Amino acid sequence: MKRLQNSLYINTQGAYLHKERETLVIDINKEKAAQLPIHGIGAIFCFGNVMVSPQVMGFCGENSVNLAFFTEYGRFLARVQGKQTGNVLLRRAQYRKADEDPVSVARNIVAAKIQMQKQVLQRHQRNHGNSVEFSQQITAINHVLDTLKHCADLDKIRGYEGEAASRYFSVFNMLLTNKDLGFEFSGRVRRPPTDPVNCLLSFMYSVLGNDISAALQGVGLDPQVGFLHQERPGRDSLALDLLEEFRAFIADRLVLTLLNRQQLKPSDFITETGGAVKLKDDARKLVLKEYQSRKQQKIRHQFLDEDVEIGLLPHVQALLLARHIRGDLQQYPPFISK
Amino acid sequence: MMVLITYDVSFDNEGGQRRLRHIAKICQNYGTRVQYSVFECDIDPSQWVALKSKLLSTYDDSVDSLRFYILGKNWRSKVEHHGAKATLDLFADPLII
Repeated sequence: MKRLQNSLYINTQGAYLHKERETLVIDINKEKAAQLPIHGIGAIFCFGNVMVSPQVMGFCGENSVNLAFFTEYGRFLARVQGKQTGNVLLRRAQYRKADEDPVSVARNIVAAKIQMQKQVLQRHQRNHGNSVEFSQQITAINHVLDTLKHCADLDKIRGYEGEAASRYFSVFNMLLTNKDLGFEFSGRVRRPPTDPVNCLLSFMYSVLGNDISAALQGVGLDPQVGFLHQERPGRDSLALDLLEEFRAFIADRLVLTLLNRQQLKPSDFITETGGAVKLKDDARKLVLKEYQSRKQQKIRHQFLDEDVEIGLLPHVQALLLARHIRGDLQQYPPFISK
Repeated sequence: MMVLITYDVSFDNEGGQRRLRHIAKICQNYGTRVQYSVFECDIDPSQWVALKSKLLSTYDDSVDSLRFYILGKNWRSKVEHHGAKATLDLFADPLII
């Protein structure tokens, strides 16, 4: 049985990571903050100004510990990868899987996405009472989920995803419970978003997508080669794949909270000449701050049966996906919350 | 599996302090120090063989004592902690610094 290794996240600015015999030592302000034997650690993620001694880099390589660097805001910078896990093999396995057998991963991801959309609707139902239209859409979504279970055709899977999404967004406007400020949602519009709600959704999806892309690179996967999304130059297809699991749970819910609590006003948005709606700088800061504090909240991860910060979920899922691609896990377990 | 290692190293003869330091360092490489001469090591059987042989070749069997408590895989139900010096579970606790 392969053991689930722990990941070390270093967030403290100015921390210094060095090696002492077989252990990792983290100094903060020249004082030893932690000393850990290397054998429990599978990955080290350094965010921002974290110094790492060259010995640790070599040591990580020897012990197949994945060492990755990110900016303070989570953008991927660089990675030192262990010898045995050699990313060439993992990436080849990923390419092979994307060519030969993308269906099972794609189906699991879409199933999780639809499930999470349903949960957003059900949550509203619990808090604000039922309506005919709502329960109709939920029943329909349930039906989509049922048929999806036995679907082995990628295009059909994409079709089911689209059907669930259109049902979900058809009642999305009703999720905006506080209409005093006049925010309305009349359907998903992208590139560019032409109303504040769509603008917020697009913004959150892209922030989240960057985080996911960073997490994927952190575990040594190629974010551009996806299973569900078609490849296109410059597009992080695999990041978009993983994003599907988190759209409703992280992004949509955050947008709804911000609007329903009236933390954002119509004056926080500007409409450009082409009709594109953009967030003003201060509002963007507010959204990111709320996103950061949401990332700190913990949630029970069903598959690992552990409490995980929401911000670490992309890393966890990327790790699980890598395990599935490597053959350590039979199925890819997508993220589903209770 | 979890192995609890405790030791007593005699300072009576020469090299006692050196042996003590040495044993502590070996243990640190594999686990966490929970009290001064007590280490918890969550390791796999092959690591345990290596750790044990290193310890046994370091201590002085005429004056020092080593005790190993092998708590197995389901050790979490067998260990309780009270008071200061909360310890870290290397595999299960989130490591965010």
